Amino acid sequence: MKNAHNPIPKGEGPILKIEGLTVDFLSNDKPVRAVDNVSFHVDRGETLVILGESGSGKSVSTSTVMDLIDCPPGDIVSGSCLLDGTELSRLNQEARRDINGRRIAMIFQDPLAYLNPVYTVGRQIAEVFESHDAARGRQARANTIELLRRVGIPEPESRVDFYPHQFSGGQRQRVMIAMAIALKPDILIADEPTTALDVSVQAQILDLLRDLQRETGMALVMITHDLEVAASMADRIIVMNAGKVVESGLAREVFSNPQHAYTRRMIAALPHGDAAETSHRRSADATGETLLKVEHLTKEYVLASGAFAGKRTFKAVDDVTFEVRKGETLGIVGESGSGKSSIARVLLRLNDPSSGKAIYAGENIFEMSGKGLVAFRRKVQMVFQDPYGSMNPRMNVQAIISEPWAIHRDLLPRSRWRDRVAELLDLVGLKPEHAERYPHQFSGGQRQRIAIARALASEPELIVCDEAVSALDVSIQAQVIDLLADLRTRLGLSYIFITHDLPIVRHFADRILVMKQGQIVEEGPTPTLFGAPQHEYTQSLLKAVPKPKWLMSTEAPSATPGELRARRARNGGMAG
Amino acid sequence: MTIITPDSRGSAGASKPRVLLTYLKRDRLALAAAIFLAILVLAALLGPWLVGDGASRLGLRQRNLAPFAFEHGWIYFLGADTLGRPVLARLIVGAQNTLGIAAAAVFTSMLIGGTLGLVAGYSERWYSHLILRLADVVMSFPSLLLALIVLYTLGPSITNLVVVLAITRMPIYLRTARAEVLELRERMFVSAARSMGAGPARILLRHIAPLVLPTLVTISAIDFATVILSESALSFLGLGIQPPDFTWGAMVANGRGYLATAWWIAFWPGLAIMLTTLSLNILSNWARTVADPQQRWRLQTLRKAAR
Repeated sequence: MKNAHNPIPKGEGPILKIEGLTVDFLSNDKPVRAVDNVSFHVDRGETLVILGESGSGKSVSTSTVMDLIDCPPGDIVSGSCLLDGTELSRLNQEARRDINGRRIAMIFQDPLAYLNPVYTVGRQIAEVFESHDAARGRQARANTIELLRRVGIPEPESRVDFYPHQFSGGQRQRVMIAMAIALKPDILIADEPTTALDVSVQAQILDLLRDLQRETGMALVMITHDLEVAASMADRIIVMNAGKVVESGLAREVFSNPQHAYTRRMIAALPHGDAAETSHRRSADATGETLLKVEHLTKEYVLASGAFAGKRTFKAVDDVTFEVRKGETLGIVGESGSGKSSIARVLLRLNDPSSGKAIYAGENIFEMSGKGLVAFRRKVQMVFQDPYGSMNPRMNVQAIISEPWAIHRDLLPRSRWRDRVAELLDLVGLKPEHAERYPHQFSGGQRQRIAIARALASEPELIVCDEAVSALDVSIQAQVIDLLADLRTRLGLSYIFITHDLPIVRHFADRILVMKQGQIVEEGPTPTLFGAPQHEYTQSLLKAVPKPKWLMSTEAPSATPGELRARRARNGGMAG
Repeated sequence: MTIITPDSRGSAGASKPRVLLTYLKRDRLALAAAIFLAILVLAALLGPWLVGDGASRLGLRQRNLAPFAFEHGWIYFLGADTLGRPVLARLIVGAQNTLGIAAAAVFTSMLIGGTLGLVAGYSERWYSHLILRLADVVMSFPSLLLALIVLYTLGPSITNLVVVLAITRMPIYLRTARAEVLELRERMFVSAARSMGAGPARILLRHIAPLVLPTLVTISAIDFATVILSESALSFLGLGIQPPDFTWGAMVANGRGYLATAWWIAFWPGLAIMLTTLSLNILSNWARTVADPQQRWRLQTLRKAAR
């Protein structure tokens, strides 16, 4: 779509070129360099993947392009952003706003947080048209419905008037994508677009992005920590670590022949199918006595109950029976909404079950109260998916880790807290001087280590990990899992490891339960389950893991970006 | 997007008051507000000793004396009221009653309202509903009428005045605290604390209260002016503070009839009320920034990189 009042002429060469970008965040001490001399470019119709762990500066560098960095505390030290040959930092506010949304659009990790809950999705998408004077009223609504249909929302005519909470996670991300592509931008920046989604939904969203790119010929800049997603999307790839670009090149070459030590380590950490069979992370012998026995556990939620209408209930957990042995890791795998997190919350008595029993050391957890419950909560700890959310932002690490001792007074005398915190921090691979810092001063992986240190503080027998590593990148995932495995061997712990990510449990779990819609559909030792999955749902989960792009393509894999562009243009022509 | 900032301890090993002082110096406006409030408190404590009986001495020759005149001495610098009493002296002496009553009323209502709000928000038992309905009753009853009835039956005194003011302002704190608790109790770190075995008291005091407090303090700073003015309204009706005692609010009420001829009688006490509230607001804003580890950088030295 060409626009008459477009201030920037479309030229040749890379659509977006960033050179020598350096961004600091100011603080009491010397400034922290978030992005250090980063240069990259994106061509039209090309997919560039920026790969790196949380805190590596990948989001900061793209946020600078969108002018989303607050200054201060942010401070752009040097560098230039050229959009089609125009220096962005020289434009005034008005021109910059016009570019956002029209020429560069962005989608975010958590669509629920970025959609306004009190407006219908139709109104929010129409707003994009109206704020850029592209369409108004009826026309905007018609365009919105067309967009929703394009991104694969069923019955768009009626769902255009729905509110964000009435959509599932994957559909919300589709709505966000619809919003981003509304004005057919030249560049779409996708910041961890599928991290919060299940494997099968992730595959659908990635397919959608690929299709849209083929149709519109836009450049796609994708930020991710997930190697598999990166491999399945990238034409070219840049790898970032600690604010610097450590490696860049064609995706296939980077993956098959990584040059930098960091990239090599990350690719080595990728859980490869058969190597997992000889993994040292599984426990040596898992034939200990039964620690926890769950029988016919059911958890129902009441959806609506009125004076006249009958109760409508939803079974989140439906008649689940399993047991955990001492020194064993039990993996519970399923997509979101399969009831796996409900099991964790019920077992820790954060929610009450509807029926069923859970016998821990001879006692039913659900009948515990008072002293018995406090003692139980000392023996069983939980590590949550979002380590940042699970820590009080006003407490420093010292206070966070010593909280179990403040609750269970007989555990450790106050005089020894400081030393023990230092020991625990050391155990999880952090430094003792980190004890004075606050959670927001750490990266995602470090926070999860703090959460693990806190879980270990009360010397538990069983740790329930609810998606404990899902938000971390592969190399950190591997480190955390190694840490957990090591602690299991040394301290004789048992784990219930809840995840939607199959490759991880393959390394780590001794036995796996696969859950779907509240029920266990398959159960068995890890090698058997992966070697010969019986249930079709397990098979589909195994298949949904993204495959590298160069293996999907039937054409010559060594195609340069230029050739790719030409190919895309051809495809676009056929589609149109 | 993760922003990792390094150790925020500016000067390692510095004592807490000194760090606070550094933060205060960084925010000029907050520093000015703190100095103003300190002067006020000093005036309230030392005022009677400083001006002696100047505040109540009648001077018929100085009736409605205009301000900024020096011929009658510095005490008449801000003018005099209808009975020739110096406004400056009355401001200094009135500070004691005004600030004392307002601070006591605001503090009591914040403490009681905040505590009840914490309980009402966290607990789902019968008493949480009872607390809320009580708050509704207090809120729906005209506060001035309630004050009239209570003070008429109990008789006017400073203690009764504080009690009445505290009760009528309490629902605001209660409602706000409850609303914040309802949101905070669903946060993950509360679940985490529960899963570690923390009891309700610990969760409320250690995890929830520190996050609710900044909001309550901000409200109380705004409420300070409302309380001073309600107190003057009650005094005007003869149910508040009894002459010859007086407050700033009463001074505003006195000068009300002379706005056209002698504006300074109502203006100076009005300005004092405004400046006090403004200073409290600025200072509470500063305190909120200090209390939040993620906002503290605003008060720290930000050194830019060389370029």
